[in-house]
Amino acid sequence: MSKSTTQARPLSPHLQIYRFTPTMAMSIAHRITGTALYFGILLFALWLLAAAGSREQFDFVNGLFGSIIGRIIIFGYSWVLIHHMLGGIRHLIWDTIHGLEKETSRRLAIANLIGSILVTLIIWGGAWAIRGGL
Amino acid sequence: MADMRTPLNKVRGLGSARGGTEHFWRQRLTAVSNIPLIIFFIGFVAAYSGSSYEEIRAALAQPVNALLLGLAFVSVLYHMRLGMQVIIEDYVHHEGWKIGLILLNTFFPIIVGAIALYSLLRIAFGG
Repeated sequence: MSKSTTQARPLSPHLQIYRFTPTMAMSIAHRITGTALYFGILLFALWLLAAAGSREQFDFVNGLFGSIIGRIIIFGYSWVLIHHMLGGIRHLIWDTIHGLEKETSRRLAIANLIGSILVTLIIWGGAWAIRGGL
Repeated sequence: MADMRTPLNKVRGLGSARGGTEHFWRQRLTAVSNIPLIIFFIGFVAAYSGSSYEEIRAALAQPVNALLLGLAFVSVLYHMRLGMQVIIEDYVHHEGWKIGLILLNTFFPIIVGAIALYSLLRIAFGG
């Protein structure tokens, strides 16, 4: 390799040099939520495995899911899932070359966050209203 | 007879990773299939949270529920494997670590899928 390629080269500006924007925050959130969902799905597979097993096995696992910490995790997981899905729909819109303008993409990013919170509350509010409890 | 194609022709449309746009396309394909399947999945979990052993097993034994949940797992697991591969390629630059993590990234969704599908089939066929 020639000497010139081993010398320190100027680096392009990285994340921390830019002003923080909603689109940037939602882009980072899309990866973080995707990673959380990646590992979290194992919990649901194990819950199914318990349901396929004996009553004792199911009651033990279902008891963990029904505990305060379990409910917080399921509620958080559903919010993360909806956030990632709305973020994904935003990406599908962008794939059609729509909504890429600066102001539109900023609004889509904010709508992604607010929408995810609203949809999560509506789902669990609906489940609570229908079943009379979580 | 030797391959008459020029080197340029062989790689045209495939890019430096030799995979072309296949990864991108499958990410979108599974993203679209995920949407209705996940809406069903969320509805199922919300509707049956707090249900008893008998209620859950009766619900999971219904063909529509079992099929849609099985499809949801397959679609989501494929989608998340593609997504995690991009994250690994973006952030892990050490060649050995990268290959190791990409191997694990294939094993993990298959293991989760095997657990889920085995469980759904066992309930559906009354095991």
